Amino acid sequence: MSETGSHENVSDDDNLPERPDSQADAQGAVEKKADNPFADPGLPPHEHRIQDIDERAAKRSERTVALMFALSMLATIGFIASYVAIDIDEIIYVWPLGHISALNFALGLTLGVALFLIGAGAVHWARTLMSDVEMVDERHQVAAEPVVEEKVKADFLQGAKESGFGRRKLIRNTMFGAVALVPLSGVVLLRDTGPMPGDKLAKTLWRKGKLLVNENTNQPLRPEDIAVGSLTFARPEGLEHDDENFNNEIAKAALMIVRLEPGDIKDKKELDWSHEGIVAYSKICTHVGCPVSLYEQQTHHVLCPCHQSTFDLADGARVLFGPAGHPLPQLKISVNKEGYLQALGDFEEPVGPAYWERPR
Amino acid sequence: MSTTTDTPASDSKRKAPAGERVADWADGRLGIYSLAKANMRKIFPDHWSFMLGEVALYSFIIIILTGVYLTMFFHPSMNEVEYHGSYVPMQGVQMSEAYKSTLDISFDVRGGLLVRQIHHWAALIFLAAMLVHMMRVFFTGAFRKPREVNWVFGFLLLLLGMFTGLTGYSLPDDLLSGTGVRFMDGAILSMPIVGTYVSMFLFGGEFPGHDMVARFYSFHVLLLPGLMLGLLAAHLILVFYHKHTQFAGPGRTNKNVVGMPLLPVYMAKAGGFFFLVFGVIAAISALFTVNPIWNLGPYRPEEVSTNAQPDWYMGFPEGLVRAMPGWEVSVWGGHTLVLGVMIPVMILMPLVLAAIALYPFIEAWVTGDKREHHIADRPRNAPTRTGFGAAWISWYFVLLIGGGNDLWATHFHLSINAVTWFVRIGFFVVPVLVFVATRRICLGLQRRDREKVLHGRETGTIKRLPHGEFIEVHEPLDQEQLHTLTAHDQYEPVEIGPETDENGVERKVTRGQKLRSRLSKGYFGDSGQIPKPSAEEYKELTSGHGHH
Amino acid sequence: MKKLSARRRHPLAALVVLLFALAATGGLYTAFAPAGEAKADQESSQSLAIEEGKKLYATGCSSCHGTGGQGTSDGPSLVGVGAAAVDFQVGTGRMPAQQPGAQAPKKKRVYNDDEIKQLAAYVASLGAGPATPGKDQYDPSGADVAKGGELFRNNCAQCHNFTGEGGALTHGKFAPDLGDVSDKHIYEAMLTGPQNMPSFTDGALPPKAKKDIVAYLKTVNSDKSESPGGFKLGGFGPVSEGLFAWVFGLGALIAVAVWVAARTAKAKKS
Repeated sequence: MSETGSHENVSDDDNLPERPDSQADAQGAVEKKADNPFADPGLPPHEHRIQDIDERAAKRSERTVALMFALSMLATIGFIASYVAIDIDEIIYVWPLGHISALNFALGLTLGVALFLIGAGAVHWARTLMSDVEMVDERHQVAAEPVVEEKVKADFLQGAKESGFGRRKLIRNTMFGAVALVPLSGVVLLRDTGPMPGDKLAKTLWRKGKLLVNENTNQPLRPEDIAVGSLTFARPEGLEHDDENFNNEIAKAALMIVRLEPGDIKDKKELDWSHEGIVAYSKICTHVGCPVSLYEQQTHHVLCPCHQSTFDLADGARVLFGPAGHPLPQLKISVNKEGYLQALGDFEEPVGPAYWERPR
Repeated sequence: MSTTTDTPASDSKRKAPAGERVADWADGRLGIYSLAKANMRKIFPDHWSFMLGEVALYSFIIIILTGVYLTMFFHPSMNEVEYHGSYVPMQGVQMSEAYKSTLDISFDVRGGLLVRQIHHWAALIFLAAMLVHMMRVFFTGAFRKPREVNWVFGFLLLLLGMFTGLTGYSLPDDLLSGTGVRFMDGAILSMPIVGTYVSMFLFGGEFPGHDMVARFYSFHVLLLPGLMLGLLAAHLILVFYHKHTQFAGPGRTNKNVVGMPLLPVYMAKAGGFFFLVFGVIAAISALFTVNPIWNLGPYRPEEVSTNAQPDWYMGFPEGLVRAMPGWEVSVWGGHTLVLGVMIPVMILMPLVLAAIALYPFIEAWVTGDKREHHIADRPRNAPTRTGFGAAWISWYFVLLIGGGNDLWATHFHLSINAVTWFVRIGFFVVPVLVFVATRRICLGLQRRDREKVLHGRETGTIKRLPHGEFIEVHEPLDQEQLHTLTAHDQYEPVEIGPETDENGVERKVTRGQKLRSRLSKGYFGDSGQIPKPSAEEYKELTSGHGHH
Repeated sequence: MKKLSARRRHPLAALVVLLFALAATGGLYTAFAPAGEAKADQESSQSLAIEEGKKLYATGCSSCHGTGGQGTSDGPSLVGVGAAAVDFQVGTGRMPAQQPGAQAPKKKRVYNDDEIKQLAAYVASLGAGPATPGKDQYDPSGADVAKGGELFRNNCAQCHNFTGEGGALTHGKFAPDLGDVSDKHIYEAMLTGPQNMPSFTDGALPPKAKKDIVAYLKTVNSDKSESPGGFKLGGFGPVSEGLFAWVFGLGALIAVAVWVAARTAKAKKS
């Protein structure tokens, strides 16, 4: 769309307000001013500040500014002194802030004061001592004058013609092709930023027979450890904190274990997969993967602190509220011969957030 | 230093002072005098709201200065180490090097804690200042031609600022930021078809992997701030080039700019303001802690804390996600479309941002005005625009409530479910109510201005007339005030005109033209503005002033 | 007197009277309301504790928990909750509950130490449950603070926040701030799982781990806790930080900007 305004549809401009000063020249404007009560009276006459007419006031301002700069110097010296003198782990009590680091407090305040006073001094100087006579700058239209515009366009056409850009279409098209293709190399280079997804998101470390290890004690859990109304977190046997891939694995395998009165369990599959009312659910929210674990033992609801998805652990971890789209996956458990809780296999569906390839 | 310039000035008898000689030297090579000619005494209008952008600019500079310092101590590595530094409640805890080095900056580098806190507070203030600056530009119409491009630059700066902040607060690899990155991963996974690939490629494998911090580090310290610096330079050059807008007033026209010269007044004021901003932020960092990562603990994917929120500028997408119902549908034979995450993150979040980014172009289309605008509007004189702006702010605020719904619940003793439902409904209802209310308030203020112009200022003096009636004495305004209150432009609504031309031939009226005409009527029709008093009305009233 | 009658018509007079009235009612309320029930018989001996506890129970608790502690629709069964649960619920004033609500909040306690012991003895006699812990169990001196922190983040922070500032649960329920909770009550809460809080049995969270958690909380969330960076703004994370950055950070900077841009006073008033 042309910005010059010369080829505009005329009816388009009807709605625009008049701009007297844009059409009329300076003389016309003066004439108009006489009978227009709203006309621009022009810049009001400059009024003097106290400092402009009273040398004593000006001196006072000068001293104030100098004092601020001098105090700033003192504050910087204070900063250096604090840096040298105050021990890094010294804690002081400052009301009402609390028990805070003496060094941080001293450094921050001295630095703040030193900087603030430089600024305050400069601004006070500008406000009271530098000229405050308002000045006027003329504006010039951003768009070029028509002569310039024509010249530029003519030059461009000339240049374009000389290049043969429009005429030699083969060159033009192959150049576009080459330039469009070459960034692909960069895109291809991104390939090795990570592996292919494969079924990584669908598999966890849980296998048949893996014991449920208590996160707090690092010991395998027994049913007796888990009382009705209690909450326990577990990881698969064999996964240790200093394993290379601990974080990646626990991000999928983390388990939340609660015990319900078997009579309270409404979902049949949940009951089948439980052991004496002990149920093991994935701790990873099916919304975006935060560890849900705000367990309300009386309501059997578990809430995610990130986005408040609420699941009913007594009813197959059905979603009761919030943005999660499907229930938490349940892990099928039983007790082995030694009396420890064990998994009966991996989760039957991918844990954590949903994604395109996740079956539904 | 010897001066060997070949200008005649060096031949003069007087030996110039050193500073001048340096300047001469530079001019001979860089042409600084030609540059200074137009700019040294450049005029800037004085208004506090014109300094909001400066707050943003200066906090950005502070962020860069402190950020460079932090890079000297921060280790962008996710290698697991055991902590044995000076913070007792973390002794022996296993953590990533990134987290450990952040603890070291806080507890073992003298002044490191201060610099970290200045960096973080300045970032929070930077984004707040950008948003407020943008609102100032919006409500005064300072985005109109010729400044639309600069508006877009500013918007991109805000957008990049958000993501620079996001990558920055993720670097310490603490439990809070890690939970945020986990959310990001979940959002990426929700992308149809490519989600899992993007996730694997971004994290170098499964979340969290070992590459996230190093990669985010290069985004945070190089890529994003580099882009921002370029945009910032362009933004500032355009501010200089366009010259600043000003409010209407005596002597202030669309063709001039009235104010103080850059040298010396603005140099002192703007330069001084940098120190003021830095000073205030340093003092805040001395007194108030921000992101105390030593309390948060190292990131572990199976741990979480309540109050899991991002920094405030990511609060509105957080609110969108929290308020969204959990929709998941099956498409294409068993593939999952995660609408519950996709809609808020990939559709609504860009929509909220695009609404504000594109507005100048929408308004320009409705008015059809191709002229330059250098006089800042008073918000009341553009009621529809002001209504839209206020509605957008209320929309944003509703989403911020959503993002902090747990804290609203605990602090105001509400149910978190009720707060979420408020956000779900308020998302649609609140902006509409705010729009209507704001427009009415603007129209009321316009009416008051009109009264003031035509009947003068209410003096508060009550006079009793001879026949017993009480009247309040109105004092007529002087010409300066009359001019200021009537200087704003008022558009006429666009008419489509008759459907058939004079020859009875049907004109083609496109749907776009019809929409534009309707919008224009809304903006500038009888319900959209109060006609400003005309000189004739004024004269008629004042000539018969003696008898009421 | 004349002055007073002249000022009666002052616009603020009504407000002053209202404030006086509010202060008076409030004062009277605090003077009379909660103290009444706390009259106690100090002479009950230990052997009679269960008997005395039963009497207290009958008047104070049975309406909700049933005459034999079997529970009713208004309150859960107390059989097997143990003395520790009573010590926690009654000792923190949560019980007896004042009004129905999402959960019974902490408030001024109604029974004194002896009465709590009697009630606990009675409830413990209804069925085996955790006993009130002794000081050697919950006293955090010498415990591992760092280990406590890890355990806290794994087991507690999801509801109570990183440093135990509290947080929201569903439908108006909440996990309380742990800042002013005594060591014993923290220990008992973990042991018994009051109200909607899950319990952490000794099998799942051994006594030593509980002690570590108490030690961690005492370190990070008490009057003596250090906040090296300065005032901690509630410790709620980014929401309070963002609010502060907007209101005080940007607020202060805008105030400064107003000063920088304001016109300097002119010599004569125009």
